[in-house]
Amino acid sequence: MNTRGLRSQLKDSVPVTGLCPQAGPYGVQDSLRRGFSSVKNELLPSHPLELSEKNFQLNQDKMNFNTLRNIQGLHAPLKLQMEYRAARQIQRLPFLPSSNLALDTLRGSDDTIGFEDILNDPVQSEMMGDPHIMTEYKLGVL
Amino acid sequence: SRASRKRECRIMATVSVCQYHRGGFSFENCKRNALLEADINKLGFSSPAARKTGTTICGVVYKDGVVLGADTRATEGMVVADKNCSKIHYISPNVYCCGAGTAADTEMTTQIISSNLELHSLSTGRLPRVATANRMLKQMLFRYQGYIGAALVLGGVDCTGPHLYSIYPHGSTDKLPYVTMGSGSLAAMAVFEDRYRPNMEEEEAKRLVRDAIAAGIFNDLGSGSNIDLCVITKGKVDYLRPHDVANKKGVRTGNYRYKHGTTGVLAKTVTPLNLEVVEENVQTMDTS
Repeated sequence: MNTRGLRSQLKDSVPVTGLCPQAGPYGVQDSLRRGFSSVKNELLPSHPLELSEKNFQLNQDKMNFNTLRNIQGLHAPLKLQMEYRAARQIQRLPFLPSSNLALDTLRGSDDTIGFEDILNDPVQSEMMGDPHIMTEYKLGVL
Repeated sequence: SRASRKRECRIMATVSVCQYHRGGFSFENCKRNALLEADINKLGFSSPAARKTGTTICGVVYKDGVVLGADTRATEGMVVADKNCSKIHYISPNVYCCGAGTAADTEMTTQIISSNLELHSLSTGRLPRVATANRMLKQMLFRYQGYIGAALVLGGVDCTGPHLYSIYPHGSTDKLPYVTMGSGSLAAMAVFEDRYRPNMEEEEAKRLVRDAIAAGIFNDLGSGSNIDLCVITKGKVDYLRPHDVANKKGVRTGNYRYKHGTTGVLAKTVTPLNLEVVEENVQTMDTS
């Protein structure tokens, strides 16, 4: 929920995909992992809202932290970001859905309902990644 | 080898799920839909239309509160999908909202905002205000840049008095004493502009709203059927559905059914069919 004004610098809010968005660890196309790439697919998002929705939470957080910094000084967002980092590490095993309860409470989204709770709820997703592959990916062994 | 190739396929399938699965709108099918749209038009078919509420909705502030009115027709292209749909949605005990535009969008948006407002009022311990609902709605609609096609008339009475807002799909709002929205909004606005005056009595306000919706119903193809009213005052809500059945369906005057015994029976033979059970197979349903 927008509780503060929009006085922050928005120029670095939306990360744009680079020239080689499907770069793997060696900087070239990662066909194995991300499939074939075509210029047309990468150039435009499939829907005007796709990028803005993907970065919405990020941008909200940035805006709120910026406003908080302007009002209360640098210590406030620093402390909060440290708490966010700590809360983000409370996760279940990589292939199981995590509730992110601590993170939600910090953000204040534990008492709001939005489309992300109704549509495509990760808890009710029919697909689950292969446990072995996902843990290896998480640990960087893959 | 076959095992390693199988592993590769599993890796590729899994990595797509490895990215943190967020909830909310999924844009996976947008490219496919765009291609289908182009191809379908070439073949001569038309893609299915979303159900709209091409509508007349309006609201007026009177002496003690707010009167909201709506027609009850929902259209799907050129066909009437619902002859008696309810367009006045509940937001909170003292705030109601009429919705025009795509039916699903208005329905879902008002339900989400209603839930959020309930949680918010539990948190503050007070009756929610109309301005809160207005701000929540406009922030959500602006976030989706008008792709959620919901044009709303929000009205209610809170501790600061009666308030009426109109909210457009792109997220702009207006706070006015009388508002109309929908395809029949011009017809309804004409009635309002002629007969509105500040601080009306309840009966006069109800008559005005009823006439405005009737103007929309009779002059606009997208609106029709009955007129619903919602009168909100401090501490009381009158949800009148239907307030006025402007379009009654006619009653059939004749009956083409033949009476029993019209055709005389000459002879009757009964042949029983003897069926024997050959095989019986029971499959229990997996109800887990």
